[in-house]
Amino acid sequence: MSVTGVQGEERLDYTKAESREIRRRSVRLLGSLLRPQRAKLWLTAAAIVVSSAAQAAGPAIIAFGIDQGIPALVEQNWYPAAFAGLAYLLTGVVGAFLIAMYIRLSARIGQAILIDLRTRVFLHTQRLSLEFHESYTSGRIISRQTSDLDAIRELLDEGLTLLVRGLMYMVFTAGALVIIDPTSGLVLLVALVPLGILTRWFQVRSQALFRRSRVASAQLIVKFVETMTGMRAVQAFRSEKRNEAEFGGLVEDYRDVNARVLGLFAVYNPGLAFIGNTAVAATLVLGGFRVVDGALEIGVLLAAVLYTKRFFDPMEDMAMFYNGYQSASSALEKISGVLEEEPSVPDPAHPVDLRRAEGHVGFEGVQFEYTRDRVILPRFDLDLPAGQTVALVGATGAGKTTLAKLLARFYDPSDGVVTLDGVDLRELHPKDLRRAIVMVTQEAYLFSGSVADNIALGKPAATFDEIVAAAKAVGAHEFIEGLPNGYDTDVNKRGGRVSAGQRQLISFARAFLADPAVLILDEATSSLDIPSERLVQEGLQTLLADRTAVIIAHRLSTVAIADRVLVMEQGRIIEDGSPADLIGGSGRFAAMHAAWRDSLV
Amino acid sequence: MSAISHHPASDQPRLGTVRSLWRLRLYVGRSTPAFAFSALAALIGQLVALTIPQVLESMVDGPLAGGDPSAVVPFALLVFGLGTVEALMYGLRRWLVVGPGTRVEARMRNALYAKLQDLPVSFHDRWPSGQLLSRAVSDLGLIRRWLSFGLVLTVVNLITIIVGVGILISMNWMLGLVFLVCSLPLWVVGYLFEGRYSEMSRRSQDQAGDLATAVEESVHGIRVLKAFGRGKHALSTFRAQAESLRSTEIAKAKLDANIWVWLILVPAVALSICLGLGIWLAANGVITVGTLVAFFATATVLAWPIESIGFLLAFSLDARTATDRFFEVLDSENEIVDPEAPRVLGEPHGALSFTGVHFRYQDSPDRFDDLLDGVDLDIAPGETMALVGLTGCGKTTLTALTTRLYDVTAGSVTLDGVDVRAFSREELRRHIAMAFEDATLFSASVRENVLLGRPELDGDAAEEVLHEALRIAQAGFVHDLPDGIDTKVGEEGMSLSGGQRQRLALARAVAAKPAVLVLDDPLSALDVATEARVEAELRNVLASTTALIVAHRPSTVMLADRVALLEAGRITAVGTHSELLRESEHYRFVISSLEDEAEARPVQAGAAARPAPADTDGPGPDHHELRAPQTTRGAAS
Repeated sequence: MSVTGVQGEERLDYTKAESREIRRRSVRLLGSLLRPQRAKLWLTAAAIVVSSAAQAAGPAIIAFGIDQGIPALVEQNWYPAAFAGLAYLLTGVVGAFLIAMYIRLSARIGQAILIDLRTRVFLHTQRLSLEFHESYTSGRIISRQTSDLDAIRELLDEGLTLLVRGLMYMVFTAGALVIIDPTSGLVLLVALVPLGILTRWFQVRSQALFRRSRVASAQLIVKFVETMTGMRAVQAFRSEKRNEAEFGGLVEDYRDVNARVLGLFAVYNPGLAFIGNTAVAATLVLGGFRVVDGALEIGVLLAAVLYTKRFFDPMEDMAMFYNGYQSASSALEKISGVLEEEPSVPDPAHPVDLRRAEGHVGFEGVQFEYTRDRVILPRFDLDLPAGQTVALVGATGAGKTTLAKLLARFYDPSDGVVTLDGVDLRELHPKDLRRAIVMVTQEAYLFSGSVADNIALGKPAATFDEIVAAAKAVGAHEFIEGLPNGYDTDVNKRGGRVSAGQRQLISFARAFLADPAVLILDEATSSLDIPSERLVQEGLQTLLADRTAVIIAHRLSTVAIADRVLVMEQGRIIEDGSPADLIGGSGRFAAMHAAWRDSLV
Repeated sequence: MSAISHHPASDQPRLGTVRSLWRLRLYVGRSTPAFAFSALAALIGQLVALTIPQVLESMVDGPLAGGDPSAVVPFALLVFGLGTVEALMYGLRRWLVVGPGTRVEARMRNALYAKLQDLPVSFHDRWPSGQLLSRAVSDLGLIRRWLSFGLVLTVVNLITIIVGVGILISMNWMLGLVFLVCSLPLWVVGYLFEGRYSEMSRRSQDQAGDLATAVEESVHGIRVLKAFGRGKHALSTFRAQAESLRSTEIAKAKLDANIWVWLILVPAVALSICLGLGIWLAANGVITVGTLVAFFATATVLAWPIESIGFLLAFSLDARTATDRFFEVLDSENEIVDPEAPRVLGEPHGALSFTGVHFRYQDSPDRFDDLLDGVDLDIAPGETMALVGLTGCGKTTLTALTTRLYDVTAGSVTLDGVDVRAFSREELRRHIAMAFEDATLFSASVRENVLLGRPELDGDAAEEVLHEALRIAQAGFVHDLPDGIDTKVGEEGMSLSGGQRQRLALARAVAAKPAVLVLDDPLSALDVATEARVEAELRNVLASTTALIVAHRPSTVMLADRVALLEAGRITAVGTHSELLRESEHYRFVISSLEDEAEARPVQAGAAARPAPADTDGPGPDHHELRAPQTTRGAAS
């Protein structure tokens, strides 16, 4: 099995080679994120080194004060005592300001990395084809961009600060200890053995648990979001109680694994304290005998004890953020997987400009299939002259939408080419492509923001008058005026209070404003009432007069404005002709049309 | 696509931090002793840690000064023993709160979820799910950590600092006092820090919630963004939001950096003065070297508690923000609740009546009339009523009133003569089942989705209902899915087309076998052939069931016994399709389709003037007429 991109993302049983491959790609990603921050990173590193050194100097200065200062002062020599006091103050000042500098710098670096990563994932998500989105599902791509990025944010926010600072602090503390008293350094060295064993035990145990914890939290989130977005159906079908039971189960799973993780900490942290205190006692024994023998100054013993004790201090925090590090690295692995996904509908390397499209569409030897044995559209040729209005009819699953998606370049054909004015869509500059071809689908999605904002999506530079004109052209003006704040009304949360039909009208206005050379309407009027549809059709008469249009509609009313009808069945175009010819004939369309008219009365 | 924040309750007066956090006691409840014992263990541990320097003092002034090697080992053993106790207490402190801490979190999470499911649809219209999610996950996790560590450590560290400073003063009042006085600025700084950090932390949490909403939209609306090539545009909005979050976070880090300067500088100043002074005192014989050693050892023990105060303060403020956000939801008043003594219907007949029903959305400006402005409509048991009206005239809202997804603002909706508000919501929604136009499927199998309204069924009975419902809704396509009716659909499963989803939603409503079936334009996404088959099957179901069907098409209207016309907030006409066609101009305008005109015109242009609707037999005489522009909007009327 492959682990390229997002494949096998949910698996728990990676082989060594696969894990290495995944780790390599996430390290690559990390490297590319860190590179622009190099200068700041060096500065930060310098700040940590100096501030840790300053902090580590403290006990040594106290030792100097006690061992040199007191005897000197007894002889009325102030200098060593004053030096000790001032030096201690200096280390404090230097340490404090460098740490402040470090916190600011690391926040800047962390935030810069985050925004870089957020932007990359966002952009890449938008670039990935619909095919990818349909199989990867929205829930997963959203959690890549929210909870996974949060895990990385948490690490960058505080974890890294503690991790790096703690490590430097330990290195300098150990270094200072070895310098003032190598024997005590030996004690610390011995203490590193149980410390290593304990830490390794913790690491192995926690790794599995953290993984489970992330799976549990992801399930929890999915269930939660789904309930909230489907609240109408939840309440109408009384699934609250069942949901509560199910959600309660997920909450308990998550709680259980969390409790296990915390249980590990409850062993690991006291273990650290025990090792630290034992090391202190050992230092005391070894140092005490030497002080009694006069081989060691009392001040140095104190410093040795302080150093030994302090050495273990940051370990706890570091262990705590080992969790953060774990989830961040696994988040990074998943994100790097998404970023590795090649868009199956890639932007052209050498885009061809098409400033003004005429709207002549050609399908040449086009075939579309998911796999060899799941051919959706067998090879076909089709030529749509500029300005023609084509109705695409046929039963559900006949391949109408697939054909439309090929034309809108939501998909690329498996074989053959789709052209606009003779240019392969794959070569066309994306900007020109999207300006020339617009597809309006049945599910008219509205973004949070005002009605005007939503219409302006068709042409971000549009003036307010243009927006109103577009709304008028599709007959949406009146109902918009009737909304609480007219065009400024907020269309909260998935179109909230705007009805399905009204949403379609807004999305029509959007398309109208975009003014494309080729317009594809996929069931775009299905929720409209008849008067609105009538208005839209009127609007379409003008709208479609000088552009190519492909209209998919179950209701054959659309055929009324078409120049040409294509009847599809099982991926093939079985009839092609003017509406009049087809209705007058004895084919499929004639039968459909007759049946449909019967349904009108 | 501008960002909007939703903090509907933010105009409430804010409670103080302590009082705000005090509200958590509701969820801590029986676990209180565990937290108290944990604090006690922590306190004992800290105090033991404080006695170690005392042992050091005795050791330095005793055996070390006296040159007695035999006493070194017992002292070291004592230190070892105390150290072991400290470690044990430390472990105990954590062990004790593992269970209770996680259980409080779980309890709060379940309570939040239950409350959110109880709150009416109007609440969810206002609150984006991203905002709710951040409350349910990260806020509650933060509260748990605060209860288990933050709270315990804040209390214990404060006590440790007080006791520690007391010990320092008892060693030598001058040294101790200098240490104490020099540490005082920390509290002032900490206090000033509180207000600003709290505000900023709330802002950053809200901004993160908005950013999550932007991400959700960019994914759910990806077809639109792609169709218009507006990825870049969406990106710039997203970038702007991410940038404002970044500047908040950086401002937060600056505050954080400032407090750290104080936290390190103040003890350093204090200790450097103490060092100079201590050396002087020791040189003059006022204190022993052992005391000086102990002083610094004690000060070292105090270093972490003192430094941690800043972190704990920030932690408590974050926890307070999280608590406020949690209670913001929990305190939301639910306007749609069950009555105290709900009525029970054994076998409902299914008589549904609207009497003087008024409805307006809360945020609707005064200048508008009520959306529903006195609706009167009676649907007899077993009758099928079609509801027809222009887009946006309130049809969907009217259907939502039947199951109390919204409540009427005046008037009443009754089932078998009993006001729907007199039933429990559970009972009411068992009798009335709905299919929505935008069909929501959950991440579960087809079977579970269709049988959503029939949890009591299992075994063969369930299979039977399931297959019948699927047959009626013409949802046979499910058998071709990879795992048949066990295929997972919804957000996390197979993606289905609009028409397929709609058929499953219809099957779900049918499977509920309710007394009243409310269908909101249930066939809009179906192709003509499928629609005809569904209608044929539905006719059998509707023969015995009361139904209210929102209809846009003549074909759907044909399912109904009678049609009600909703116009300007009232029912202006009720009758059969042909009666209304004859009598109501508005009805003709709403329901007569374009094609009738297209068909009618050539005929009318010919010799015989025939009434609309036109003759629909056979192809029209002149097919080019089909393409003639229809510019006269009211031609049918």
